[in-house]
Amino acid sequence: MTIPLDYETLRVIWWLLLGVLLIGFALTDGFDLGSAALLPFAGRTDEERRMIINSVGATWEGNQVWFILGGGAIFAAWPFVYAVSFSGFYLAMFLVLSALILRPVGFKYRSKKPDARWRAGWDWALFVGGLVPALVFGVAVGNVLVGAPFRLDGDLRMFYEGSLLGLFTPFTLLTGLLSVAMLVLHGAGWLSLKTQGPVLQRVRLYGQGAAILSILLFAIGGLFVAWSGMGYRVDGVIDPNGPSNPHLGGAVAAAGAWLDNYAAHPWMLLAPILGFVGPVLALLGIRGQRDTLVFAGSSIANVGIISTVGLSMFPFILPSSIDPGSSLTAWNASSSHGTLFTMLICTVIFLPIVLAYTAWAYKVMFGRVTDREIRLNPDFY
Amino acid sequence: MISMAVVELSRLQFALTALYHFLFVPLTLGLSFMLVIMESVYVMTDRPIWRDITRFWGKLFGINFVLGVATGLTMEFEFGTNWAYYSHYVGDIFGAPLAIEGLMAFFLEAPFVGLMFFGWDRLSKRGHLLTTFMVALGSNLSALWILVANGWMQHPTGATFNPQTMRMEVTDFMAVIFNPVAQAKFVHTVSAGYVCASVFVLGVSAFYLLKGKHIAIAKRSFTVAAAFGLAASLSVVVLGDESGYALTENQKMKLAAIEGMWQTEPAPAGLTLFGLPSNSGRETTHEIKVPYVLGLISTRSLTGEVTGINQLVDTAKVRIAAGIIAYDAVETLKVDRNDLVAREAFERNKADLGYALLLKRFIADPRQADAATIEKAAWSTVPNVPAIFWMFRIMAGLGFAFIAFFATAFAFSSMRRFDARWFLKLALFMMPMPWIAIEVGWAVAEIGRQPWAVDGVLPTFLAASSLTVPQLWTTIIGFTLLYGILAVIEVKLMLATIAKGPERYVPWRPDSPAEPAPDFRAVPAE
Repeated sequence: MTIPLDYETLRVIWWLLLGVLLIGFALTDGFDLGSAALLPFAGRTDEERRMIINSVGATWEGNQVWFILGGGAIFAAWPFVYAVSFSGFYLAMFLVLSALILRPVGFKYRSKKPDARWRAGWDWALFVGGLVPALVFGVAVGNVLVGAPFRLDGDLRMFYEGSLLGLFTPFTLLTGLLSVAMLVLHGAGWLSLKTQGPVLQRVRLYGQGAAILSILLFAIGGLFVAWSGMGYRVDGVIDPNGPSNPHLGGAVAAAGAWLDNYAAHPWMLLAPILGFVGPVLALLGIRGQRDTLVFAGSSIANVGIISTVGLSMFPFILPSSIDPGSSLTAWNASSSHGTLFTMLICTVIFLPIVLAYTAWAYKVMFGRVTDREIRLNPDFY
Repeated sequence: MISMAVVELSRLQFALTALYHFLFVPLTLGLSFMLVIMESVYVMTDRPIWRDITRFWGKLFGINFVLGVATGLTMEFEFGTNWAYYSHYVGDIFGAPLAIEGLMAFFLEAPFVGLMFFGWDRLSKRGHLLTTFMVALGSNLSALWILVANGWMQHPTGATFNPQTMRMEVTDFMAVIFNPVAQAKFVHTVSAGYVCASVFVLGVSAFYLLKGKHIAIAKRSFTVAAAFGLAASLSVVVLGDESGYALTENQKMKLAAIEGMWQTEPAPAGLTLFGLPSNSGRETTHEIKVPYVLGLISTRSLTGEVTGINQLVDTAKVRIAAGIIAYDAVETLKVDRNDLVAREAFERNKADLGYALLLKRFIADPRQADAATIEKAAWSTVPNVPAIFWMFRIMAGLGFAFIAFFATAFAFSSMRRFDARWFLKLALFMMPMPWIAIEVGWAVAEIGRQPWAVDGVLPTFLAASSLTVPQLWTTIIGFTLLYGILAVIEVKLMLATIAKGPERYVPWRPDSPAEPAPDFRAVPAE
């Protein structure tokens, strides 16, 4: 079979699709994580908490598939990234998985018993299931920006020389908190559309704090990236159509290199601009009690902030801090030409279908969750 | 050098998490289709009792389903976390079915499962039946794709090693998807899930009939489960995945291990009913054999030969020797990728490269191996014969027992006799059996695959991540605790829901009376 797209183009498309998946995850499951993190605070009574839980109850499961699909797609399109990141960040990944495992169970089992202690226990489980992944994902992104301590040997076996605690530095904690603020804001955006009464009032309050925090942390993070000396640059000639072997073509650490792309392609500045515009719009929405604007703002914040990270690093996906020559880039870490093309065909066929019926599922569940329905509907959690 | 402790602990963790995940999946696979059958009857007859039946089993489905989803998260990432070199080495092939599983199966199942539980009052009857069907289709498609992935580990077709990237790459994607081993495994596995759900529904119905409670619902559920279970139990045995065992050396080795057959017999070979196999003695004593049957089952012919373990080890020695040539060529190509002699040698011997990697367990550079090391490596291709021999007999014995059990159930339900107490008690006793059959079935397939992660391509001991023993103990203990707690909660909730029994459903409307029945407020049904 001759493949109608060249290897370089397919790699760029799959780099974009990697971004689409991460953003898709943040836009959909992100508000489930944020809502769960807000659960014990925005909901004080059992009925208030049930209002929050039932705002996401019917749709969160589909949203979580973005995370699972993200794992599968990275495996299929970027096997090096899948292998190096998940085994390198081993215990962090264990934390994320343990926390995420609590969510399906928490949503389903909490309402099975009226007992107050039972329900309070699951509320905190859901809180952990929302907060911990949001935090660890942010910390992981921070570590990706700094570079991870791994190297590849001649057989391309990966050795990792860091520890769980080593992942937490001031900068990565900052990115972790930014991720929490961004997703809590998005959770608040969603709950603004779905709740009412005292829950809605509190959600707006927390949303306001999260929006301001997002702006501040994104700004400080940006300054840190510009001036703390982080960044990597391709060294020598790299063939974007070459075989996927990180040992071919080199890379070096270079202070400030994460700003190179913005100098070369000023249109990319749109991403960080959206990263600031989003939270500002959300703030305006909260002030003006325009709930759709809050959700639109928090969505734009997600798109802007995540795109900023991706665009700053391109073509790097996962640089190595101890052996920059082992760094994974869009040109050396992908699947084969044929696999990328086959998977693209599958995506082009199935993703639109998925989006269509997901939209339909949201339409069926459209509207605010009311006090009455929480009390009367036997199908509600 | 590879740490065997890390490898063994990684295997232990994978086995624990996969076996635990697979406690929930089979019930999901089967119960989802039984819900479709029950709800179809409701839509066709318009009798509310069938809606109550569907909702009751749906509630049990939901309690089970969420743990399948939760533990599936671990599986999706465990190849990366614990089998990083595997992920690199075969990710080009193995990642694709996993990604397609997410796109085509999970993304079908998950949005619709929400509507299935929340949509009773928001969708039309047909609309709701459609969502239930989509959930069943999605969960069964996920079984298809994960077994395409697993089938490739058992019988790696459509791929070749690329020395430039030091990994296997796809040459024929259609061969990966239409892998005969994968197809056989898929039919066998989903049928096992249907048996599991049928035994579950039959057991719970029998419990109600014994107690004299919820009789109308129990009789109807009994009837559905008896018919569905009979078809499924026939399918799971007749379409067992033995048919794929004649395909490759390793699959042949698995078949020989199942039979405890050390020497090739003249065709058609006899089937061993009983025996005491031993890996150290390299023989099976006290055999009781049925002539001809094995040859007929496994080769589907009178002339096909079933190869013995000793002969397969001899073949392995030859392939190791050829593999060493391929390994040497790869090492040369690493330095100079235009070396034509090395490329020629590689192309001729690349199919055996994996056999040279077996030597790395004993010696750092396979090219330095002497005859004794090659002998040792060849014998390392023999899996744990007694374990496989016995587990297979437990699985197959249970398989035949299910056919007899469902044939009896079907006869009783055809005669509208639901009062045979001995059979109702037997149905309760049978409830754990499908899970035992399924878990040992998994173990036969995967222990039988050893020492390979991917048959003939990558040994398991090379596939693990470069982790440390403390890291592995942390996650093994962590997962065991978390999973253990969740298992206890799940079983308690299942039992409480069964004890409470089915409820009459009164659809909610925005104009429903302001004051609900008191128990609604206290204990929401979902």
